[in-house]
Amino acid sequence: MTPLLEVQGLTKHYAGPHGRTLRALQDVSFTLAEGEVLGVVGESGCGKSTLGRAVLRLTEPTSGSIRFAGEELTGLSRHAMTKRRRDMQMVFQDPFGSLNPRHRVSTIVGEPLVVHGVAGVKARVAELLDMVGLPPDSGSRFPHEFSGGQRQRIAIARALALSPKLLVADEPVSALDVSIQSQIINLIAELRRKLSLSMIFISHDLSVIRHVSDRIAVMYLGRIVETGDAADIFARPAHPYTQALLSAVPTAPGQPKRERIVLEGDLPDPSAPPPGCAFHGRCRHAMPRCAVDIPALVPRRVGDDVALAACHLYEPVS
Amino acid sequence: MSSTVLSVEGLTLTVGGKALVEDVSFHLAAGEMMGLVGESGCGKSLTALATIRLLPSPPVEIAAGRIVIDGADVRALDSEGLRRLRGDRVGMIFQEPMTSLNPVFTVGDQIAEVLEIHRGLGRSAALARAAELIALVGLPAPREQLERYPHQLSGGQRQRVMIAIALACEPRVLIADEPTTALDVTVQAQILALIDRLRRDMGMACLLITHDLGVVSDVCDRAAVMYAGRIVEEASVAELFARPRHRYTQALIDTMPASNPPGALLPSIRGMVPPPGARGDGCAFAPRCAAPVEACRKVLPPLTGEAGHRAACWNPAS
Ligand SMILES: Nc1ncnc2c1ncn2[C@@H]1O[C@H](COP(=O)(O)OP(=O)(O)OP(=O)(O)O)[C@@H](O)[C@H]1O
Ligand SMILES: Nc1ncnc2c1ncn2[C@@H]1O[C@H](COP(=O)(O)OP(=O)(O)OP(=O)(O)O)[C@@H](O)[C@H]1O
Ligand code: SF4
Ligand SMILES: [Mg+2]
Ligand SMILES: [Mg+2]
Repeated sequence: MTPLLEVQGLTKHYAGPHGRTLRALQDVSFTLAEGEVLGVVGESGCGKSTLGRAVLRLTEPTSGSIRFAGEELTGLSRHAMTKRRRDMQMVFQDPFGSLNPRHRVSTIVGEPLVVHGVAGVKARVAELLDMVGLPPDSGSRFPHEFSGGQRQRIAIARALALSPKLLVADEPVSALDVSIQSQIINLIAELRRKLSLSMIFISHDLSVIRHVSDRIAVMYLGRIVETGDAADIFARPAHPYTQALLSAVPTAPGQPKRERIVLEGDLPDPSAPPPGCAFHGRCRHAMPRCAVDIPALVPRRVGDDVALAACHLYEPVS
Repeated sequence: MSSTVLSVEGLTLTVGGKALVEDVSFHLAAGEMMGLVGESGCGKSLTALATIRLLPSPPVEIAAGRIVIDGADVRALDSEGLRRLRGDRVGMIFQEPMTSLNPVFTVGDQIAEVLEIHRGLGRSAALARAAELIALVGLPAPREQLERYPHQLSGGQRQRVMIAIALACEPRVLIADEPTTALDVTVQAQILALIDRLRRDMGMACLLITHDLGVVSDVCDRAAVMYAGRIVEEASVAELFARPRHRYTQALIDTMPASNPPGALLPSIRGMVPPPGARGDGCAFAPRCAAPVEACRKVLPPLTGEAGHRAACWNPAS
């Protein structure tokens, strides 16, 4: 079966400071099956949002290939891409910034329908509001009359208006309070099941990622350094960065504290990436070779298992 | 009995007669790390600011309460007394270090200034001590850091500088308001480990404000849970998470993704936190509570229990 989304060698360079090139995304490859949720984690600035936006071509990739339902997206004209985007939608972190404060909720939610010339806008908007758990009279109100959680529901309703196949959710619950966060996580899980949505779920919160994802991609400085089944990665992280990231998560209340791997230093500058493995300056296992060769993201032997990790500690499976 | 360095009794804060924080009491012993947790708007920051009279006043007034820090009655202090209290005996760190650092002065200037004013050091002695403090908070090449401006530092580095400033006069109490909320998990782990080490080494009491129960469970000795302007439960961390009594505390713990199997429907708390002025006569959590009894909506539950564990709930969970 062909995956819904197949991304190969996706790269995004920005003009960086002092005339340098800022490598926000470097040679990123992954696939997404129908109905699957891929969780993308990593520290601030590692390229998560760039990845999400580049996949939808909301940011023009520098190079690489994006195949969606078998069709290559990178060569498409702007017009053809707009049509394609019916099937690919995005939800952002800040539910207020992404909603026009001067428009009524019904206008906001119905806008994609109008843009794509879909009939029966009014009935569909009512259906969407109901689907995301907003009261029926919400349509006639303005965004500022809603709480943060309710605004995120509005943003989700709009994203789902055209029944997309793929939803890219960029930190959709990060700005919400804990008690509201769980409501939105439940809503996303329910909609995913009902509508068999595929999702790229971006978050820096590992406990949220663990909860919603089937598979996980861990990013560091513009690259995926480890990817695999969510349960496997949480049980047996292979890449030293994944190990440090997981150990840094505060323990769930009442559970035994785990041993912390406290990393030295900060994320390096993406406009002056270190040679070799970008993580080598902070890695407690770094070897001379790590400062020279870039480790490829290929299947590697980790004990008795095989993991997809970009780290010289493990020999590639031949 | 360990010595109390910060004590707050019956603190009530109002705006135009409307109570924002009500009847809050807590005590902090030397060397102790206490967490103040709760969702956005529950009054954590106002409570912290009130202890050193940094409230935006007007409009926020201290309507009642007694605050004693290191033997001094804070409400009775004149402006000179307050200035000395803030610099000498209490150090404070805020969530967004960029807004609390002055962008036009170097890191060295800003740390040295505190030492010149509060410790009467000369310029070169102050700079020498500043370099020691920079090293203490774990920044490399301290002498070089002194020459840098805030915008040249990463978020984690700025927060370290803020901690260096807060610690400059070896305060008896450190108040940290969401010191790691804006930071990545790996950097959060670094900063929390740093604060923990310093309070042990210096015997400092620390009030850590956060909305993250995981952080509290990891680094605090004791915690107070706030809801809608009141402390609803207070206990040692082990006790609080093993046997939460208030239904809100219990619900908060249950709702966290980390407390649940991946993918499971999260227990959620219906509704929203009531705004000040709409908190009702009884328990402010009653409209959202899963197990309310007759009294809950009518009568305010008193904070009762033994010295080590108190809760304000008519139908405690345990
Ligand atoms: N429009 C732009 N122009 C130049 N550089 C950019 C632009 N957008 C992002 N970047 C840079 O690209 C890198 C990746 O940014 P991105 O927003 O994708 O990170 P992120 O992982 O989403 O971070 P966060 O967790 O903070 O949202 C960063 O170094 C960022 O400064
Ligand atoms: N200057 C002010 N005037 C009126 N109301 C205020 C003022 N400052 C704060 N409040 C209100 O007081 C309540 C408590 O605010 P506070 O900042 O202490 O909350 P918090 O618990 O720190 O929240 P957060 O987690 O969002 O920082 C909120 O409802 C807030 O809107
Ligand atoms: S390649 Fe080397 S430096 Fe990079 S993570 Fe592996 S061991 Fe560490
Ligand atoms: Mg982002
Ligand atoms: Mg606050």
